[in-house]
Amino acid sequence: MSVTINGRAVEAVPRPGQCLRTFLREQQCFGVKKGCDAGDCGACTVYVDGRPVHSCLYPAVRVVGREVTTIEGLACGGELHPMQQQFLAAQGFQCGFCTAGMIMTAATLTPAQLEDLPAALKGNLCRCTGYRAIEDAVRGVRHVEVPPPGEAAGRNVAAPAGLGIVTGAERFTLDAAFEGLLHLKLARSPHAHARILSIDTSDALAVPGVRLVLTFEDAPKTLVSTGLHELDDDDPADLLLFDRVVRFRGQRVAAVVAETETAAEEGCLRLRIDYETLPAVFDAEAAMEPSAPLLHAEPEKSGIAQPRRNIVAEVHGDIGDVDAGFTEADAVYENVFTSQRLQHSHLETHASVAWIDEEQRLCVRTSSQVPFLARRRLAKLFGLPPDRVRVLCARVGGGFGGKQELLTEDVVSLAAMRLGRPVKLEFTREEQFIGATTRHPMRVHVRLGAKTDGTLTAMQLQVISNTGAYGNHAPGVLFHGCNECIAVYRCANKRVDGFAVYTNTVPAGAFRGYGLSQTVFAIECAMDELARKLAIDPFEMRRRNVVKPGDALVAYNTHPHDVEFGSYGLDQCLSLADEALSHGDDAPGAWNSGEWLLGKGMAIGMLDTIPPRGHFAHAEARLMPDGLYELAVGTAEFGNGTSTVHVQLAATALSTSANRVRLIQSDTDKSGYDTGAFGSTGTVVAGKAAYKAAIALRSLILGAAAKRLGVDVAACTLTADAVAAGDVRIPLGELACEGSITASGASDGSPRSVAFNVQGFKVAVHRITGAIRILRSVHAADAGTVINPMQCRGQIEGGVAQAIGAALYEHFDINEAGYVTTRTLRGYHIPAFADVPRTEVLFAETSDALGPLGAKSMSEGPFNPVAAALANAVRDATGQRFTSLPLAADRIFAQIGSAPAP
Amino acid sequence: MDINTITEVVSRPSHASLASFGDGDAWLGGGTWLFSEPQPGIRRLIDLDGFNWTPIEQDAHGLVISATCKIAELKAWTRPASWSGGVLIDQCCDALLGSFKIWNMASVGGNLCLALPAGPMTSLAAGLGGTCTIWTPEGSAHTVPAAQFVTGVRKTVLMRGELLRSIHLPALALSGRTAFRQVSLTPRGRSGVLLIGTLAPSGETAITVTASTVRPIRLVFGALPRHDDLRDAIEAAIAPGDYHDDIHGHPAWRRHLTITLAEAIRLELAGEAAL
Repeated sequence: MSVTINGRAVEAVPRPGQCLRTFLREQQCFGVKKGCDAGDCGACTVYVDGRPVHSCLYPAVRVVGREVTTIEGLACGGELHPMQQQFLAAQGFQCGFCTAGMIMTAATLTPAQLEDLPAALKGNLCRCTGYRAIEDAVRGVRHVEVPPPGEAAGRNVAAPAGLGIVTGAERFTLDAAFEGLLHLKLARSPHAHARILSIDTSDALAVPGVRLVLTFEDAPKTLVSTGLHELDDDDPADLLLFDRVVRFRGQRVAAVVAETETAAEEGCLRLRIDYETLPAVFDAEAAMEPSAPLLHAEPEKSGIAQPRRNIVAEVHGDIGDVDAGFTEADAVYENVFTSQRLQHSHLETHASVAWIDEEQRLCVRTSSQVPFLARRRLAKLFGLPPDRVRVLCARVGGGFGGKQELLTEDVVSLAAMRLGRPVKLEFTREEQFIGATTRHPMRVHVRLGAKTDGTLTAMQLQVISNTGAYGNHAPGVLFHGCNECIAVYRCANKRVDGFAVYTNTVPAGAFRGYGLSQTVFAIECAMDELARKLAIDPFEMRRRNVVKPGDALVAYNTHPHDVEFGSYGLDQCLSLADEALSHGDDAPGAWNSGEWLLGKGMAIGMLDTIPPRGHFAHAEARLMPDGLYELAVGTAEFGNGTSTVHVQLAATALSTSANRVRLIQSDTDKSGYDTGAFGSTGTVVAGKAAYKAAIALRSLILGAAAKRLGVDVAACTLTADAVAAGDVRIPLGELACEGSITASGASDGSPRSVAFNVQGFKVAVHRITGAIRILRSVHAADAGTVINPMQCRGQIEGGVAQAIGAALYEHFDINEAGYVTTRTLRGYHIPAFADVPRTEVLFAETSDALGPLGAKSMSEGPFNPVAAALANAVRDATGQRFTSLPLAADRIFAQIGSAPAP
Repeated sequence: MDINTITEVVSRPSHASLASFGDGDAWLGGGTWLFSEPQPGIRRLIDLDGFNWTPIEQDAHGLVISATCKIAELKAWTRPASWSGGVLIDQCCDALLGSFKIWNMASVGGNLCLALPAGPMTSLAAGLGGTCTIWTPEGSAHTVPAAQFVTGVRKTVLMRGELLRSIHLPALALSGRTAFRQVSLTPRGRSGVLLIGTLAPSGETAITVTASTVRPIRLVFGALPRHDDLRDAIEAAIAPGDYHDDIHGHPAWRRHLTITLAEAIRLELAGEAAL
C-alpha cells in the first residue's frame, strides 16, 4: 500500500506514532508548517481525501491508501488556485509562515462559512497581520499594484517572496533537507533553582542512534548572555552554554544528539541527573529583600548592578524639583499598574541547523533577527575568528523581539563541531513557553500632578521589572521603558527610579515595545485619570502637554543625546484619532440595550526611530551582466516587510521597477555588516544604507554610460533597463557585460528621530458577563513618508492585534513552584480572527529629515498605546479603573460585579 | 505531534483487545487530543476505527451515535424535521474550541472520554439525558447515564480496558423544547459556562450545567421550576469546589453566570423574553 501525495504515489511507510505533518515534511513537502504541533494554529493544514485536516494531529498510519494534498499540490496545471491568487493580490500575509495553512483552509470554505469567517477561521492563527489582510484576501480584495519604473516608493509594491509564500515554495529555517542530519534534544531542569551534582550519561549513550551527550562539562567557560546587541556589554555576562547551577524550571541542562528525534528524546529520558535543590524566589520585590536567595553572586560575573540584591540594572534620574512640582499641582493622581508576562508566539519556533563546510568553517542556518550579532557571539563563545563562522537566515517566521537572542545556535554549533555532521534543534511549542523568553512583567508606580488648566507640574515613575533567571535585555528594557513614555511630555519636574531584578523564572527578553508597552500602560492610564480629575478631555490633556519641535526631548536626565525632531506628526495624529473617534457616534441598537456599558478611550506613544549608541548597516547594490540589479543587505526578513521596502528604495533610486531588483539578504557571507532587525530599524537604518548604495550605483552607471557614449553625464538618463542619451540607448546588461558594477552604502543609526502613535477605542462592556467588545478601533500613526502603505498598514494592524491580545486575553502563568502552567496555544490565547476588530489606520502627513525618502520606523510603536487606550475606554464605560492586565471578562466581572443599569 | 514512544498500532482490534489492554496502551479515536500533547509512556495505539462501527443510526427510541462517529458526521446527519431539539447538535458542535477541520477528525466518543469540563459532546449527551454504552474486558456491555459518564476533570467511569461503544440520545428530548447558553472568555473560545435546558411535553424540565463545573450537573424538575427554586437547586447541587478553576474562567465568574444563564434558560423554556 502506498500514499498518494499531490497526485504522486509514495511508497514510504509512516512510523507507528508519527503524525501526518512530519511524514509529509519527510517527503519534502516543506510547505506544511509546524506552528503549534497541537491542532491550534492550522499552519499544517492539508487535505486527506479532499477534506481539510490539521496534519499535526492526523495519525500518519491512517493515510495509507488515501490521497493527500498539500499547498504544493493546490495549484493546478501551472495555474495558481484562485485563493492563492487572492492572497497574492491582497498580500494576505506578513511573515508568511501561517499562509499555506490559511490558504488551504480558505480554499475549502463554503458560502455559508464565508458568511462567518470568525467561525470558519477558528483553527488558523496568524501573529503578524491582525487578520484584516487575510480577510481581504479571502474576499478577493486587491491591494498590490505595479507602479511605473522609478515610482516604487509610496506604492503598494508586492513582497518579493509573495509567489513562494502562496505556493509553499518559500524556504523558512528548517525547510531544507540536510544529508546526514542529526537531531538534538534538550533535557531541561525540573527545579527552579538547583546545583547539578552529577550527570550520568551512560544509559543515554547506550540508546541506539545516540551519538553525543553534552553537559556542563562540555560547555565553554566563557560567560555570555543570550541577549544580542550592537554592544556586547549591554547585557550582563551571566550565563554559560550549560550552567552547573540552574536558575529556572525548564533551563537546559544537557543535550542529546542522535540519528533520530526518537533516539534523542529517549536519550534525554535516560540521563540520570542528581541535583541539590536551592531556595528559589519568583517575585521581583521579594528577590530584592536581604533574605532572598541570590541568583548571580559569583564574582566572575560582570555587568550586574547589585548582585547581592539580585538587581541586574537600576536607573535613577531627577530633573527639576519633583516635590515642588507636586506641591504646586492642583490635582495629583497616583496608582500602581502591573503588566503581565507575555510570550511572543511567533508561529515559527526557534530553530537552527549547524554544519561544518568544506573550508572547515562553522555554518549556522537559524531563525534569527540578528545573524551578524549571532555570528559574533558564536565566535566569542567558541574562541573562533568571526570569519570562521557563517550565519544565515532563510525567511524567518515571525520574531517580535524574541529572535534577538541566542537560544539554539550555540548548542547545535557545539554539537556540529564535535561530530562534524549537521545538527538540528527545533523548539517545540512547549519549549517556546518554558525555555525561550517573554516580555518583562513590570510593576509601575506612577504619580502625576497638574494645574487646573492641565499643565503638568510633576511626573514620577517607579519601575520594578522582573527579568527572570538571566539578565538578557534587562538593562536595555528598563532604560528604554523609562524613556520615551516620559520624554513625550513637556514637564519641568520628572523623577524615575527603576530596578530590573533576577528571579527564578524563565528569562524575559526583548519584546515588541522593549519596555515601553508596560510603562505607557501605566502613564497613559494615569494621565486619563488626571484629565478626569480636572474635567479635561483626554485628547486636549495631551495637546496641552506633549512635546513639540523646539522642545527639548528629556526623559529623566539632561545627558546629551542624538534624538531630534526629524519630523513631527503627533499633533496630526491626535486630531486624526480624535475626529475618527467622534464621528459615527451611535452604537447599533444591540449595544444600547442596557446590557452593555459603553465608553471610549485613547492613549499615545512616542518611539525613537532607532536604538541608542549605534546601529549599523551596510548595503551593496550591483548592476549584473544580465541587466538586473542585485541588492545585498544583511537584514533578515521576518514579516516586517523590510525586503519589500529595500527593493522599493533601490528601484526608486535606480529609476527601475521592483521586479528588476534581486534581493540577497541575511547571510554573513553575502553582505556587509548589519546590526540586525530590532528596535524598528529595518527601514530607517538598513533601508537608508540600501538607498545610499543604490544612489551611488546610479552615479556609477551614468558615469560608465557617459564614458562609453562619449557624452556628458548630464546628457544621460537612467531608465528601467537602459541608459539613454539623446537617440542612443545602452541596455544595462551591456554596461555590465565585463563584470558587475558595484556601489555600497552605509548607515550608522545616528542621529535619530521620533515616531508617534495614537490609539482610540470605543468599547462595550457586558454588565453580566464582563465581556468587552470593541466597537471601534482607530489608530493614527506618524511614520513619516510611508514607503509601502499596504505593508505599513499591516504592521500597524498587526501591532494593534498583538496588543489587543496582551490587553484582553494573554497571560503567561507560573505557579508557586516556578512551573509554567501555560504551555500550549490553547492555554495561552493569542488573538484569533474572531478576537480582532478592524482597525481604522490613519497616517499623519510628514516627511522625516533623517530617514530614507522621509520614512520613519513603524514596527513596535503601534503596540505601545493599545492596552492603556482599552483600559481607559473600559474606565469610561464602567467607572472602574483596572490597573492590571489582561482585562479578561472574569476579572472585569470580579471588579464591577453586576453593575446597575445606567 | 509525533509520539515517538509508540512502536505499534493495532489497526484491526477485536473484543479481545479490551482484555489485553495493558500499560502503555491507548485507544485511538480521532487522535485530535492524543496527538496534541506529549504522551509519555504510550507504547501502543489501538485504533478504534478498526472496529468499523456504523457512525450514526436512528432507532425507535432516538439516535445511536458510535463513539467513533466524527463530529462532522454528527453535524452533517440529516435530522427528522420533528426533532426541534436537534438544533442542540449544531450548537454543541459549534461550541467546540477546535475548528471545522477538527470536526473532520475528532470523534464524538473521544470528546466524552477526554472528560474536559468544556467538552461539548459531553454537554450534548448529558443535556439531552443520553445514555452511554460501555464495553467491558469481560465481553459484556453496560450502560450509564451520560450525565454520569464524566466524573471529574479528565476522569470518567471507564475502568481499565473498558471502552465507550456508543451514545444514545432519546428521541423524546430531541423532539422537545430546548434552550442553550454558552459563554467564553473570548469571542469563539473554549466554553467557560455551557448550559442546556430541555422541556418535555409532560412539563418535566432538565437543566444541565457543563463547562462551568468539573463534571456535568443535571437538575431535573417535575415541572418548570420557579426562579427561586431553580437558584436554590443549583446552589444545593453545586458545591463551591465543583466550579472549575482554570485559565478559561474564574470559579466565581462561572458560578455567577451559571445562575444567571440558568434563569435565562428557564425564562426561554417558559416562553418569556430571556437574556
